[in-house]
Amino acid sequence: MNAFLIISLIKIAIVFAVLMTTLAYLQWVERKVIAHIQVRPGPYNVGPHGLLQPLADVIKLITKEDLVPPYVNKPLYLAAPFLAITMALLSIAVIPFGPTIQVAGYQTWMQLTDLNIGVLFVLAVSSMGVYGVAFAGWASNNKYALLGGLRSSAQMISYELPMSIAIAAPLLLSNTLSLRELVGTQAGGIWHWNVLRLPCPQIIGFIIFLISAFAETNRVPFDLPEAENELVAGFHTEYSSMKFASFFMAEYANMITVSSMATLLFLGGWEAPWPAQYGSSLVPTIIFALAGLVALYHGMNPARKRDRLTFPAAGIVFLVVAALFQIGILQEWIIPLFWFCAKTGAILFAFIWVRGTLPRFRYDQLMRFTWKFLFPVAMLNLLVTGLLVAWFS
Amino acid sequence: MDVILFLVFAVIAVVCAVNVVLQKHPISSAISLIGVMGSLAVLYLLLGAEFIAAAQVIVYAGAVMVLFVFVIMLLNAGEEVRRGRSFMAQLLGMPLLVAFAGLMAWFVNRLYPESTGVHFGGFTGGTPLAVGRALFTRYLLPFEVTSILVLIAIVGAIVLGRKEMD
Repeated sequence: MNAFLIISLIKIAIVFAVLMTTLAYLQWVERKVIAHIQVRPGPYNVGPHGLLQPLADVIKLITKEDLVPPYVNKPLYLAAPFLAITMALLSIAVIPFGPTIQVAGYQTWMQLTDLNIGVLFVLAVSSMGVYGVAFAGWASNNKYALLGGLRSSAQMISYELPMSIAIAAPLLLSNTLSLRELVGTQAGGIWHWNVLRLPCPQIIGFIIFLISAFAETNRVPFDLPEAENELVAGFHTEYSSMKFASFFMAEYANMITVSSMATLLFLGGWEAPWPAQYGSSLVPTIIFALAGLVALYHGMNPARKRDRLTFPAAGIVFLVVAALFQIGILQEWIIPLFWFCAKTGAILFAFIWVRGTLPRFRYDQLMRFTWKFLFPVAMLNLLVTGLLVAWFS
Repeated sequence: MDVILFLVFAVIAVVCAVNVVLQKHPISSAISLIGVMGSLAVLYLLLGAEFIAAAQVIVYAGAVMVLFVFVIMLLNAGEEVRRGRSFMAQLLGMPLLVAFAGLMAWFVNRLYPESTGVHFGGFTGGTPLAVGRALFTRYLLPFEVTSILVLIAIVGAIVLGRKEMD
Protein backbone atom coordinates (compact mmCIF):
# COMPACT_ATOMS: atom_id res chain seq x y z
CA MET A 1 0.00 0.00 0.00
CA ASN A 2 2.70 2.41 1.03
CA ALA A 3 4.87 1.55 -1.95
CA PHE A 4 1.87 2.03 -4.23
CA LEU A 5 1.24 5.46 -2.69
CA ILE A 6 4.86 6.57 -3.03
CA ILE A 7 5.13 5.32 -6.62
CA SER A 8 1.87 7.09 -7.51
CA LEU A 9 3.09 10.34 -6.01
CA ILE A 10 6.40 10.09 -7.87
CA LYS A 11 4.56 9.38 -11.11
CA ILE A 12 2.23 12.34 -10.57
CA ALA A 13 5.20 14.63 -9.92
CA ILE A 14 7.02 13.43 -13.05
CA VAL A 15 3.95 13.67 -15.31
CA PHE A 16 3.06 17.11 -13.96
CA ALA A 17 6.58 18.46 -14.42
CA VAL A 18 6.90 17.03 -17.93
CA LEU A 19 3.44 18.26 -18.91
CA MET A 20 4.14 21.80 -17.69
CA THR A 21 7.47 21.94 -19.50
CA THR A 22 5.85 20.60 -22.65
CA LEU A 23 3.10 23.22 -22.40
CA ALA A 24 5.67 26.00 -22.19
CA TYR A 25 7.84 24.66 -25.01
CA LEU A 26 4.92 23.70 -27.24
CA GLN A 27 4.20 27.38 -27.46
CA TRP A 28 7.83 28.07 -28.39
CA VAL A 29 7.69 25.34 -31.05
CA GLU A 30 4.47 26.81 -32.39
CA ARG A 31 5.96 30.28 -32.70
CA LYS A 32 9.08 28.90 -34.34
CA VAL A 33 7.24 26.68 -36.83
CA ILE A 34 4.79 29.41 -37.83
CA ALA A 35 7.67 31.86 -38.15
CA HIS A 36 9.50 29.50 -40.51
CA ILE A 37 6.32 28.91 -42.52
CA GLN A 38 6.11 32.69 -42.92
CA VAL A 39 9.85 32.97 -43.72
CA ARG A 40 10.98 34.84 -40.61
CA PRO A 41 13.18 33.67 -37.71
CA GLY A 42 10.64 33.89 -34.88
CA PRO A 43 11.79 34.31 -31.23
CA TYR A 44 15.55 34.74 -31.38
CA ASN A 45 16.83 37.05 -28.67
CA VAL A 46 16.20 35.32 -25.34
CA GLY A 47 18.71 32.50 -25.22
CA PRO A 48 20.05 30.62 -28.29
CA HIS A 49 17.29 30.52 -30.94
CA GLY A 50 14.88 31.98 -28.35
CA LEU A 51 15.03 28.80 -26.28
CA LEU A 52 14.56 30.73 -23.03
CA GLN A 53 11.57 32.63 -24.41
CA PRO A 54 8.97 30.47 -22.55
CA LEU A 55 10.73 31.28 -19.27
CA ALA A 56 10.65 34.98 -20.05
CA ASP A 57 6.96 34.70 -20.97
CA VAL A 58 6.16 32.99 -17.68
CA ILE A 59 7.96 35.69 -15.71
CA LYS A 60 6.16 38.37 -17.70
CA LEU A 61 2.74 36.79 -17.14
CA ILE A 62 3.28 36.32 -13.41
CA THR A 63 4.54 39.84 -12.76
CA LYS A 64 1.90 41.58 -14.88
CA GLU A 65 -0.83 43.55 -13.14
CA ASP A 66 -3.81 41.33 -12.42
CA LEU A 67 -6.76 43.55 -13.21
CA VAL A 68 -10.32 42.61 -12.32
CA PRO A 69 -12.73 44.99 -14.08
CA PRO A 70 -15.37 46.47 -11.74
CA TYR A 71 -18.36 45.41 -13.89
CA VAL A 72 -17.75 41.64 -13.95
CA ASN A 73 -19.67 38.93 -12.12
CA LYS A 74 -16.86 38.29 -9.67
CA PRO A 75 -17.34 34.69 -8.44
CA LEU A 76 -17.84 33.32 -11.94
CA TYR A 77 -15.16 35.56 -13.43
CA LEU A 78 -12.62 34.15 -10.97
CA ALA A 79 -13.84 30.55 -11.26
CA ALA A 80 -13.79 30.35 -15.07
CA PRO A 81 -10.01 30.20 -15.71
CA PHE A 82 -9.60 27.82 -12.79
CA LEU A 83 -12.29 25.55 -14.26
CA ALA A 84 -10.72 25.67 -17.73
CA ILE A 85 -7.21 24.74 -16.58
CA THR A 86 -8.42 22.05 -14.13
CA MET A 87 -10.48 20.25 -16.75
CA ALA A 88 -7.68 20.56 -19.28
CA LEU A 89 -5.07 19.01 -16.95
CA LEU A 90 -7.35 16.35 -15.46
CA SER A 91 -7.62 14.08 -18.47
CA ILE A 92 -3.85 13.46 -18.60
CA ALA A 93 -4.43 11.22 -15.55
CA VAL A 94 -5.77 8.34 -17.66
CA ILE A 95 -3.45 8.69 -20.67
CA PRO A 96 -0.95 5.79 -20.84
CA PHE A 97 2.52 6.63 -22.20
CA GLY A 98 4.01 3.16 -22.29
CA PRO A 99 3.84 -0.45 -21.09
CA THR A 100 4.68 -1.89 -17.66
CA ILE A 101 8.12 -1.10 -16.35
CA GLN A 102 10.25 -2.31 -13.44
CA VAL A 103 11.50 0.44 -11.17
CA ALA A 104 13.66 -0.63 -8.19
CA GLY A 105 11.90 -3.97 -7.99
CA TYR A 106 8.40 -2.54 -8.28
CA GLN A 107 6.25 -3.14 -11.31
CA THR A 108 4.27 -0.14 -12.46
CA TRP A 109 2.41 1.18 -15.49
CA MET A 110 3.59 4.26 -17.37
CA GLN A 111 0.24 5.82 -16.67
CA LEU A 112 -1.20 7.60 -13.63
CA THR A 113 -4.30 5.43 -13.39
CA ASP A 114 -6.14 2.98 -15.61
CA LEU A 115 -9.92 3.22 -15.63
CA ASN A 116 -12.01 0.66 -17.46
CA ILE A 117 -14.02 3.63 -18.70
CA GLY A 118 -10.92 5.64 -19.65
CA VAL A 119 -12.27 6.83 -23.01
CA LEU A 120 -15.54 7.94 -21.43
CA PHE A 121 -13.61 9.72 -18.67
CA VAL A 122 -11.70 11.79 -21.21
CA LEU A 123 -14.94 12.62 -23.05
CA ALA A 124 -16.67 13.59 -19.80
CA VAL A 125 -13.84 15.84 -18.65
CA SER A 126 -13.53 17.51 -22.04
CA SER A 127 -17.29 18.14 -22.13
CA MET A 128 -17.03 19.86 -18.75
CA GLY A 129 -14.22 22.04 -20.10
CA VAL A 130 -16.72 24.02 -22.16
CA TYR A 131 -17.95 25.72 -18.99
CA GLY A 132 -14.64 27.47 -18.43
CA VAL A 133 -14.94 29.27 -21.76
CA ALA A 134 -18.71 29.82 -21.58
CA PHE A 135 -18.64 31.27 -18.05
CA ALA A 136 -15.61 33.40 -18.86
CA GLY A 137 -17.55 34.94 -21.73
CA TRP A 138 -20.69 35.53 -19.72
CA ALA A 139 -19.10 36.71 -16.47
CA SER A 140 -16.91 39.30 -18.22
CA ASN A 141 -20.02 41.37 -18.93
CA ASN A 142 -18.57 42.49 -22.23
CA LYS A 143 -20.23 42.08 -25.60
CA TYR A 144 -17.17 40.69 -27.38
CA ALA A 145 -16.49 38.23 -24.57
CA LEU A 146 -20.15 37.15 -24.51
CA LEU A 147 -20.16 36.56 -28.27
CA GLY A 148 -16.95 34.57 -27.94
CA GLY A 149 -18.37 32.46 -25.14
CA LEU A 150 -21.59 31.83 -27.07
CA ARG A 151 -19.74 30.83 -30.21
CA SER A 152 -17.46 28.57 -28.29
CA SER A 153 -20.23 26.70 -26.47
CA ALA A 154 -22.27 26.24 -29.65
CA GLN A 155 -19.19 25.07 -31.55
CA MET A 156 -18.04 22.69 -28.84
CA ILE A 157 -21.46 21.03 -28.47
CA SER A 158 -21.73 20.66 -32.25
CA TYR A 159 -18.29 19.15 -32.75
CA GLU A 160 -18.52 16.89 -29.72
CA LEU A 161 -21.07 14.77 -31.59
CA PRO A 162 -18.98 13.78 -34.64
CA MET A 163 -16.00 13.38 -32.31
CA SER A 164 -17.78 10.93 -30.01
CA ILE A 165 -19.11 8.97 -32.96
CA ALA A 166 -15.70 8.90 -34.59
CA ILE A 167 -14.29 7.55 -31.30
CA ALA A 168 -16.95 4.84 -31.15
CA ALA A 169 -15.81 3.19 -34.40
CA PRO A 170 -12.26 2.20 -33.28
CA LEU A 171 -13.78 1.10 -29.97
CA LEU A 172 -15.88 -1.38 -31.95
CA LEU A 173 -12.70 -2.75 -33.51
CA SER A 174 -10.80 -2.94 -30.22
CA ASN A 175 -13.75 -3.98 -28.05
CA THR A 176 -12.65 -2.17 -24.89
CA LEU A 177 -12.99 1.23 -23.19
CA SER A 178 -9.74 1.07 -21.24
CA LEU A 179 -7.05 3.10 -22.94
CA ARG A 180 -4.33 0.63 -21.95
CA GLU A 181 -6.16 -2.39 -23.35
CA LEU A 182 -6.98 -0.33 -26.43
CA VAL A 183 -3.27 -0.07 -27.20
CA GLY A 184 -2.80 -3.75 -26.35
CA THR A 185 -5.22 -4.78 -29.10
CA GLN A 186 -3.26 -2.74 -31.65
CA ALA A 187 0.11 -4.41 -31.03
CA GLY A 188 2.15 -6.11 -33.73
CA GLY A 189 2.62 -3.65 -36.54
CA ILE A 190 1.11 -0.79 -38.49
CA TRP A 191 -1.52 -3.04 -40.12
CA HIS A 192 -2.93 -3.75 -36.65
CA TRP A 193 -3.40 -0.08 -35.78
CA ASN A 194 -7.03 0.96 -35.81
CA VAL A 195 -6.40 3.42 -38.60
CA LEU A 196 -5.48 0.59 -41.01
CA ARG A 197 -6.98 -2.42 -39.27
CA LEU A 198 -9.21 -4.97 -40.98
CA PRO A 199 -12.14 -5.47 -41.35
CA CYS A 200 -12.71 -1.73 -41.52
CA PRO A 201 -9.76 0.70 -41.67
CA GLN A 202 -10.61 3.84 -39.72
CA ILE A 203 -8.98 6.36 -42.06
CA ILE A 204 -12.19 8.38 -42.36
CA GLY A 205 -12.80 8.09 -38.62
CA PHE A 206 -9.26 9.37 -37.94
CA ILE A 207 -9.75 12.39 -40.20
CA ILE A 208 -13.14 13.19 -38.61
CA PHE A 209 -11.57 12.89 -35.17
CA LEU A 210 -8.77 15.27 -36.12
CA ILE A 211 -11.14 17.86 -37.61
CA SER A 212 -13.37 17.75 -34.52
CA ALA A 213 -10.29 17.94 -32.33
CA PHE A 214 -9.29 21.20 -34.03
CA ALA A 215 -12.76 22.59 -33.28
CA GLU A 216 -12.83 21.28 -29.71
CA THR A 217 -9.56 23.01 -28.88
CA ASN A 218 -10.64 26.28 -30.55
CA ARG A 219 -7.74 26.17 -33.00
CA VAL A 220 -7.46 27.64 -36.48
CA PRO A 221 -9.48 27.20 -38.72
CA PHE A 222 -12.15 26.95 -36.01
CA ASP A 223 -10.91 29.69 -33.67
CA LEU A 224 -14.11 31.71 -33.96
CA PRO A 225 -14.39 32.18 -30.15
CA GLU A 226 -11.27 34.35 -30.22
CA ALA A 227 -11.39 35.76 -33.73
CA GLU A 228 -9.27 38.84 -33.09
CA ASN A 229 -10.40 40.87 -36.08
CA GLU A 230 -14.05 40.81 -35.03
CA LEU A 231 -14.08 40.01 -31.29
CA VAL A 232 -10.90 41.70 -29.92
CA ALA A 233 -9.79 38.53 -28.09
CA GLY A 234 -13.10 36.72 -27.68
CA PHE A 235 -13.93 35.12 -24.37
CA HIS A 236 -10.69 36.16 -22.64
CA THR A 237 -10.83 39.84 -23.58
CA GLU A 238 -11.20 40.95 -19.95
CA TYR A 239 -8.59 38.60 -18.53
CA SER A 240 -5.02 39.57 -17.74
CA SER A 241 -1.90 38.14 -16.14
CA MET A 242 -2.13 34.57 -14.80
CA LYS A 243 -5.86 34.29 -15.49
CA PHE A 244 -5.17 34.84 -19.17
CA ALA A 245 -2.28 32.42 -18.90
CA SER A 246 -4.64 29.76 -17.50
CA PHE A 247 -6.79 29.91 -20.63
CA PHE A 248 -3.68 29.85 -22.75
CA MET A 249 -2.30 26.81 -20.92
CA ALA A 250 -5.71 25.10 -21.05
CA GLU A 251 -5.72 25.42 -24.84
CA TYR A 252 -2.29 23.83 -25.16
CA ALA A 253 -3.09 21.13 -22.57
CA ASN A 254 -6.22 20.27 -24.54
CA MET A 255 -4.12 20.04 -27.69
CA ILE A 256 -1.79 17.58 -26.00
CA THR A 257 -4.72 15.53 -24.69
CA VAL A 258 -6.51 15.21 -28.04
CA SER A 259 -3.24 14.40 -29.80
CA SER A 260 -2.56 11.65 -27.27
CA MET A 261 -6.12 10.39 -27.69
CA ALA A 262 -5.72 10.27 -31.47
CA THR A 263 -2.47 8.34 -30.99
CA LEU A 264 -4.05 5.87 -28.58
CA LEU A 265 -7.30 5.36 -30.47
CA PHE A 266 -6.05 5.24 -34.05
CA LEU A 267 -2.26 5.08 -34.23
CA GLY A 268 -1.48 2.22 -31.86
CA GLY A 269 -0.24 4.23 -28.87
CA TRP A 270 3.33 3.30 -27.95
CA GLU A 271 3.53 0.31 -30.33
CA ALA A 272 6.22 0.41 -33.02
CA PRO A 273 5.12 0.43 -36.68
CA TRP A 274 6.60 -3.01 -37.23
CA PRO A 275 7.72 -5.78 -34.82
CA ALA A 276 11.01 -5.46 -32.95
CA GLN A 277 12.53 -8.59 -34.54
CA TYR A 278 12.58 -6.74 -37.88
CA GLY A 279 14.58 -3.93 -36.36
CA SER A 280 12.03 -1.34 -35.30
CA SER A 281 13.96 -0.84 -32.06
CA LEU A 282 16.89 0.46 -34.13
CA VAL A 283 14.84 3.30 -35.66
CA PRO A 284 15.22 5.83 -32.80
CA THR A 285 18.95 5.16 -32.62
CA ILE A 286 19.35 5.62 -36.38
CA ILE A 287 17.33 8.86 -36.41
CA PHE A 288 19.25 10.42 -33.52
CA ALA A 289 22.62 9.17 -34.82
CA LEU A 290 21.92 10.66 -38.26
CA ALA A 291 20.95 13.98 -36.66
CA GLY A 292 24.17 13.87 -34.64
CA LEU A 293 26.30 13.11 -37.70
CA VAL A 294 24.71 15.92 -39.72
CA ALA A 295 25.37 18.34 -36.87
CA LEU A 296 28.98 17.13 -36.61
CA TYR A 297 29.47 17.55 -40.38
CA HIS A 298 28.24 21.13 -40.21
CA GLY A 299 30.52 21.70 -37.24
CA MET A 300 33.49 20.58 -39.39
CA ASN A 301 32.48 22.91 -42.25
CA PRO A 302 31.13 25.94 -40.37
CA ALA A 303 29.19 28.60 -42.27
CA ARG A 304 29.54 31.04 -39.37
CA LYS A 305 32.26 31.33 -36.77
CA ARG A 306 30.18 30.26 -33.75
CA ASP A 307 29.00 27.11 -35.59
CA ARG A 308 32.43 25.62 -34.84
CA LEU A 309 31.37 25.29 -31.19
CA THR A 310 27.59 24.93 -31.15
CA PHE A 311 27.13 22.31 -33.90
CA PRO A 312 29.61 19.74 -32.49
CA ALA A 313 28.07 20.21 -29.03
CA ALA A 314 24.56 19.56 -30.38
CA GLY A 315 25.91 16.61 -32.40
CA ILE A 316 27.45 14.98 -29.34
CA VAL A 317 24.19 15.38 -27.41
CA PHE A 318 22.31 13.67 -30.24
CA LEU A 319 24.83 10.83 -30.37
CA VAL A 320 24.56 10.30 -26.59
CA VAL A 321 20.76 10.12 -26.91
CA ALA A 322 21.18 7.64 -29.78
CA ALA A 323 23.39 5.51 -27.55
CA LEU A 324 20.82 5.66 -24.72
CA PHE A 325 18.31 3.83 -26.94
CA GLN A 326 20.67 0.84 -27.10
CA ILE A 327 21.09 0.39 -23.33
CA GLY A 328 19.23 -2.78 -22.35
CA ILE A 329 17.71 -1.57 -19.06
CA LEU A 330 16.40 1.66 -20.55
CA GLN A 331 15.16 0.06 -23.77
CA GLU A 332 12.00 -1.43 -22.32
CA TRP A 333 10.52 1.98 -21.55
CA ILE A 334 12.45 4.50 -23.65
CA ILE A 335 11.51 2.97 -27.01
CA PRO A 336 7.73 2.84 -26.37
CA LEU A 337 8.01 6.38 -25.03
CA PHE A 338 9.82 7.41 -28.21
CA TRP A 339 7.05 6.04 -30.43
CA PHE A 340 4.32 7.61 -28.30
CA CYS A 341 6.04 11.00 -28.36
CA ALA A 342 6.79 10.72 -32.08
CA LYS A 343 3.16 10.03 -32.99
CA THR A 344 1.72 12.63 -30.61
CA GLY A 345 4.34 15.11 -31.74
CA ALA A 346 3.46 14.54 -35.40
CA ILE A 347 -0.19 15.32 -34.70
CA LEU A 348 0.77 18.39 -32.66
CA PHE A 349 2.92 19.52 -35.58
CA ALA A 350 -0.13 19.12 -37.84
CA PHE A 351 -2.04 21.42 -35.46
CA ILE A 352 0.63 24.10 -35.83
CA TRP A 353 1.03 23.52 -39.56
CA VAL A 354 -2.70 24.05 -40.12
CA ARG A 355 -2.57 27.24 -38.06
CA GLY A 356 0.23 28.52 -40.24
CA THR A 357 -1.55 27.79 -43.53
CA LEU A 358 -5.34 27.95 -43.30
CA PRO A 359 -7.64 30.97 -42.94
CA ARG A 360 -10.54 31.05 -40.51
CA PHE A 361 -14.02 29.71 -41.28
CA ARG A 362 -17.05 31.96 -41.30
CA TYR A 363 -19.48 31.13 -38.49
CA ASP A 364 -22.29 29.79 -40.70
CA GLN A 365 -19.78 27.70 -42.69
CA LEU A 366 -18.53 26.20 -39.45
CA MET A 367 -22.01 25.14 -38.33
CA ARG A 368 -23.11 23.92 -41.75
CA PHE A 369 -19.93 21.88 -42.09
CA THR A 370 -20.41 19.96 -38.87
CA TRP A 371 -24.17 19.35 -39.03
CA LYS A 372 -24.59 18.72 -42.74
CA PHE A 373 -21.32 17.00 -43.58
CA LEU A 374 -19.20 15.82 -40.67
CA PHE A 375 -21.98 14.35 -38.53
CA PRO A 376 -23.60 12.23 -41.32
CA VAL A 377 -20.20 10.99 -42.49
CA ALA A 378 -19.24 10.01 -38.94
CA MET A 379 -22.57 8.22 -38.52
CA LEU A 380 -22.08 6.35 -41.81
CA ASN A 381 -18.56 5.39 -40.80
CA LEU A 382 -19.84 3.99 -37.51
CA LEU A 383 -22.63 2.03 -39.23
CA VAL A 384 -20.30 0.52 -41.84
CA THR A 385 -17.75 -0.36 -39.16
CA GLY A 386 -20.41 -2.00 -37.01
CA LEU A 387 -21.72 -3.99 -39.95
CA LEU A 388 -18.26 -5.19 -41.01
CA VAL A 389 -17.23 -6.07 -37.46
CA ALA A 390 -20.43 -8.04 -36.97
CA TRP A 391 -19.94 -9.74 -40.37
CA PHE A 392 -16.38 -10.90 -39.78
CA SER A 393 -16.58 -11.93 -36.15
CA MET B 1 -15.22 5.55 3.76
CA ASP B 2 -18.07 5.10 1.30
CA VAL B 3 -20.55 6.27 3.93
CA ILE B 4 -18.58 9.50 4.40
CA LEU B 5 -18.34 10.03 0.64
CA PHE B 6 -22.03 9.27 0.27
CA LEU B 7 -22.96 11.76 2.98
CA VAL B 8 -20.72 14.47 1.52
CA PHE B 9 -22.06 14.17 -2.01
CA ALA B 10 -25.67 13.56 -0.97
CA VAL B 11 -25.56 16.77 1.08
CA ILE B 12 -23.98 18.64 -1.87
CA ALA B 13 -26.69 17.30 -4.20
CA VAL B 14 -29.51 18.32 -1.91
CA VAL B 15 -28.04 21.74 -1.15
CA CYS B 16 -27.50 22.39 -4.87
CA ALA B 17 -31.03 21.22 -5.67
CA VAL B 18 -32.51 23.62 -3.10
CA ASN B 19 -30.24 26.33 -4.45
CA VAL B 20 -31.64 25.84 -7.98
CA VAL B 21 -35.01 27.00 -6.67
CA LEU B 22 -33.73 29.70 -4.31
CA GLN B 23 -31.36 31.53 -6.68
CA LYS B 24 -32.77 34.56 -8.42
CA HIS B 25 -30.48 34.58 -11.42
CA PRO B 26 -30.96 31.87 -14.09
CA ILE B 27 -27.20 31.37 -14.50
CA SER B 28 -26.77 30.69 -10.76
CA SER B 29 -29.65 28.21 -10.91
CA ALA B 30 -28.05 26.49 -13.90
CA ILE B 31 -24.71 26.23 -12.07
CA SER B 32 -26.47 24.70 -9.07
CA LEU B 33 -28.12 22.20 -11.40
CA ILE B 34 -24.67 21.27 -12.76
CA GLY B 35 -23.65 20.68 -9.16
CA VAL B 36 -26.63 18.34 -8.70
CA MET B 37 -25.73 16.38 -11.85
CA GLY B 38 -22.08 16.15 -10.83
CA SER B 39 -22.80 14.87 -7.32
CA LEU B 40 -25.35 12.40 -8.72
CA ALA B 41 -22.59 11.05 -10.97
CA VAL B 42 -20.37 10.56 -7.91
CA LEU B 43 -23.21 8.75 -6.14
CA TYR B 44 -23.58 6.42 -9.14
CA LEU B 45 -19.84 5.82 -9.01
CA LEU B 46 -20.10 4.94 -5.32
CA LEU B 47 -22.77 2.39 -6.18
CA GLY B 48 -20.39 0.77 -8.67
CA ALA B 49 -22.20 1.96 -11.79
CA GLU B 50 -19.23 3.55 -13.52
CA PHE B 51 -20.79 3.59 -16.99
CA ILE B 52 -23.91 5.38 -15.75
CA ALA B 53 -21.70 7.84 -13.88
CA ALA B 54 -19.71 8.68 -17.02
CA ALA B 55 -22.89 8.92 -19.10
CA GLN B 56 -24.41 11.21 -16.46
CA VAL B 57 -21.48 13.60 -16.72
CA ILE B 58 -21.23 13.44 -20.53
CA VAL B 59 -24.94 13.75 -21.28
CA TYR B 60 -26.44 15.76 -18.42
CA ALA B 61 -23.62 17.81 -16.93
CA GLY B 62 -21.78 18.10 -20.24
CA ALA B 63 -24.34 18.41 -23.02
CA VAL B 64 -27.78 19.23 -21.61
CA MET B 65 -26.55 21.81 -19.12
CA VAL B 66 -24.25 23.44 -21.69
CA LEU B 67 -27.35 23.92 -23.84
CA PHE B 68 -29.21 25.42 -20.86
CA VAL B 69 -26.35 27.81 -20.15
CA PHE B 70 -26.09 28.60 -23.86
CA VAL B 71 -29.77 29.54 -24.09
CA ILE B 72 -29.62 31.62 -20.92
CA MET B 73 -26.58 33.46 -22.27
CA LEU B 74 -28.15 33.89 -25.71
CA LEU B 75 -31.37 35.40 -24.34
CA ASN B 76 -29.34 37.33 -21.75
CA ALA B 77 -31.96 36.54 -19.13
CA GLY B 78 -31.85 38.93 -16.20
CA GLU B 79 -32.65 38.40 -12.55
CA GLU B 80 -36.11 37.27 -11.62
CA VAL B 81 -38.35 39.66 -9.76
CA ARG B 82 -39.82 38.00 -6.72
CA ARG B 83 -43.56 38.49 -6.57
CA GLY B 84 -45.55 38.31 -3.34
CA ARG B 85 -46.82 34.82 -2.69
CA SER B 86 -50.37 34.00 -1.77
CA PHE B 87 -51.33 33.67 1.86
CA MET B 88 -52.21 29.99 1.43
CA ALA B 89 -48.79 29.16 -0.03
CA GLN B 90 -46.99 30.89 2.81
CA LEU B 91 -49.13 29.15 5.40
CA LEU B 92 -49.26 25.62 4.01
CA GLY B 93 -45.92 25.33 2.14
CA MET B 94 -43.66 24.16 4.94
CA PRO B 95 -46.10 21.77 6.68
CA LEU B 96 -47.01 20.15 3.34
CA LEU B 97 -43.33 19.69 2.46
CA VAL B 98 -42.64 18.05 5.80
CA ALA B 99 -45.68 15.83 5.43
CA PHE B 100 -44.62 14.78 1.92
CA ALA B 101 -41.07 13.98 3.01
CA GLY B 102 -42.40 11.98 5.96
CA LEU B 103 -44.77 10.05 3.71
CA MET B 104 -41.97 9.20 1.30
CA ALA B 105 -39.73 8.02 4.14
CA TRP B 106 -42.57 5.87 5.48
CA PHE B 107 -43.18 4.31 2.05
CA VAL B 108 -39.53 3.47 1.56
CA ASN B 109 -39.40 2.00 5.03
CA ARG B 110 -42.44 -0.17 4.33
CA LEU B 111 -41.23 -1.32 0.92
CA TYR B 112 -37.71 -2.25 2.05
CA PRO B 113 -38.04 -2.92 5.78
CA GLU B 114 -34.64 -4.46 6.49
CA SER B 115 -32.48 -3.30 3.58
CA THR B 116 -28.78 -3.03 4.22
CA GLY B 117 -26.69 -0.25 2.78
CA VAL B 118 -24.94 -0.65 -0.56
CA HIS B 119 -21.19 -0.90 -0.22
CA PHE B 120 -18.50 0.31 -2.55
CA GLY B 121 -17.50 -2.49 -4.91
CA GLY B 122 -20.43 -4.68 -3.84
CA PHE B 123 -22.19 -4.33 -7.17
CA THR B 124 -20.45 -5.37 -10.37
CA GLY B 125 -23.22 -4.96 -12.96
CA GLY B 126 -22.29 -1.37 -13.79
CA THR B 127 -19.55 -1.97 -16.34
CA PRO B 128 -20.16 -0.85 -19.92
CA LEU B 129 -20.21 -4.54 -20.91
CA ALA B 130 -23.00 -5.43 -18.47
CA VAL B 131 -25.05 -2.34 -19.30
CA GLY B 132 -24.71 -2.94 -23.04
CA ARG B 133 -25.63 -6.60 -22.74
CA ALA B 134 -28.71 -5.78 -20.65
CA LEU B 135 -29.79 -3.05 -23.07
CA PHE B 136 -29.53 -5.24 -26.15
CA THR B 137 -30.98 -8.47 -24.76
CA ARG B 138 -33.33 -8.09 -21.84
CA TYR B 139 -34.40 -4.49 -22.36
CA LEU B 140 -34.23 -4.44 -26.16
CA LEU B 141 -37.87 -3.51 -26.71
CA PRO B 142 -37.98 -0.63 -24.18
CA PHE B 143 -34.66 0.60 -25.55
CA GLU B 144 -35.88 0.70 -29.15
CA VAL B 145 -39.22 2.22 -28.16
CA THR B 146 -37.41 4.96 -26.24
CA SER B 147 -35.31 5.75 -29.31
CA ILE B 148 -38.47 6.18 -31.38
CA LEU B 149 -39.91 8.37 -28.64
CA VAL B 150 -36.83 10.59 -28.75
CA LEU B 151 -37.04 10.72 -32.55
CA ILE B 152 -40.66 11.87 -32.32
CA ALA B 153 -39.62 14.57 -29.86
CA ILE B 154 -36.89 15.79 -32.22
CA VAL B 155 -39.24 15.86 -35.23
CA GLY B 156 -41.82 17.69 -33.12
CA ALA B 157 -39.25 20.27 -32.03
CA ILE B 158 -38.25 20.89 -35.64
CA VAL B 159 -41.88 21.27 -36.75
CA LEU B 160 -42.58 23.73 -33.94
CA GLY B 161 -39.38 25.63 -34.68
CA ARG B 162 -40.27 25.91 -38.39
CA LYS B 163 -43.71 27.32 -37.63
CA GLU B 164 -42.19 30.17 -35.66
CA MET B 165 -39.90 31.11 -38.51
CA ASP B 166 -42.52 31.43 -41.30
